[in-house]
Amino acid sequence: MIPVCAVADLPDGEAVRIPGDVPIAVFNAGGEIYAIDDTCSHQDASLSEGWLEGCFVECPLHAASFDLRTGMPTGAPAKKPVRTHEVTIQDGVIHVVPQNQEAVV
Amino acid sequence: MRTVAVVGASLAGLRAVEELRTQGFDGRIAVIGEEPHQPYDRPPLSKAYLTGTCPAEGLRLADAADLDGLGAEWHLGVRADSLDPGTRSVRLSDGTEIVADGVVIATGGRARPLPAAEGLAGVHTLRTLDDAAALRADLDESSAGVVVIGAGWIGAEVASTCRTLGLPVTVVEAAPTPLARVLGPTMGAHCAALHTDHGADLRTGVGVASLTSTGFGPWKRVSGVVLDDGTHLPADVVVAGIGMLPNTEWLAGSGLPLDNGVLCDAGCVTAFPSVVAVGDVARYQGPDGPVRHEHWSNASEQPATAVRNLLAGTTIQEYRPSGYFWSDQYGTRLQVAGHPADADEVAVVDGSPSDRRFVAEYRREGAAVGVLAMNNPKQFGRLRRLLPSRVVPA
Repeated sequence: MIPVCAVADLPDGEAVRIPGDVPIAVFNAGGEIYAIDDTCSHQDASLSEGWLEGCFVECPLHAASFDLRTGMPTGAPAKKPVRTHEVTIQDGVIHVVPQNQEAVV
Repeated sequence: MRTVAVVGASLAGLRAVEELRTQGFDGRIAVIGEEPHQPYDRPPLSKAYLTGTCPAEGLRLADAADLDGLGAEWHLGVRADSLDPGTRSVRLSDGTEIVADGVVIATGGRARPLPAAEGLAGVHTLRTLDDAAALRADLDESSAGVVVIGAGWIGAEVASTCRTLGLPVTVVEAAPTPLARVLGPTMGAHCAALHTDHGADLRTGVGVASLTSTGFGPWKRVSGVVLDDGTHLPADVVVAGIGMLPNTEWLAGSGLPLDNGVLCDAGCVTAFPSVVAVGDVARYQGPDGPVRHEHWSNASEQPATAVRNLLAGTTIQEYRPSGYFWSDQYGTRLQVAGHPADADEVAVVDGSPSDRRFVAEYRREGAAVGVLAMNNPKQFGRLRRLLPSRVVPA
């Protein structure tokens, strides 16, 4: 379980990137916190820098859009999903439970 | 409509096939591609593929299952030689004739060759996977250094890759400032500074006079570049990034109006309602006259409109370009949207060019018309959405 930041430090519409071998992006979309793989499944770009619209984040490079709830792309150019990760909040701090690597489709 | 021929099997051709299916066309689709490869992505050819970090398989735009799902027949490694609108047929270089009710022209373009370089080993252009493979093989063997002619997007990315590979590189640009035509002189200069930051030798305002060579006949190989000012730059690899030429020659006898591309209306429909054009080859009617784009996003976006109009049999939708493109050079991401060339003013609105991280807004009479970002995709995404649609409603 990775501590990310205080809930108060991630306002609605913002995202934070957890660096690592497989970086994770954490979003506040309308008060709900979501965590997905940060690297777009299409080409090298950081989804934490993407545009958030409702429950979807648009990749900043080629505008592929992903559903934060499922990791599924909504259309071209991305074809593969990104992984989603479990989020828990303890004492006002966001924590992410990374999904193991083997689960990658 | 029973049969649609899609001539061209790169990004625009593939997107056209996908759009045909998405928009409900369930007839026969015949795709013709001159290259022997399944559709692949070209942007990495100057970057990840050329450095060796992305293998050819990683370039595929669609995997086998995707292609199966499209239910198209693929004629790859054959060229379309002619289009006869009377018989509605496309004749292929292997003698096949495809009779179609609708035709999507997506033949793209080819790299403009360097004059007087024919048959000279070591001289390259970069457009196709085979071009990139040949260039990569030569870069692996290079010892005397590389000269890149043209400091546009392709030239800059190739120069960047050479530096990544540890090769000495000189970039020669005839204009006083690289990219000035697209970004204006101030922002062009900020982008060009990336070359010197990373140890590339940038020579601007000077043209190429000639190439020097060693050896005879088939062993003749480039040995350097002579500039207009008399400078001789030694090089065993020369890459010309001096633009592209639209592939329209095969349409010469078709009766289709051609002028630096296939002329079409605002909805990508040609003089024949059953023939549309998309991607780098399509010169459609923009608000200021015919316009042709040479960017990935355009090739990706245009087919949705063109296919809609093809299936409708008339222009029911006009094409709205996003004007978006990007370039990755020297570990820096440049992104452009809108129409910077329309601007009468440009201002840095976030960050600083000296930090190589900034966003600039292009304005005309005070209103935003374009945006350029260096290493700032988040602000770029925000400002890009604030840009007005340029096209005046018909």
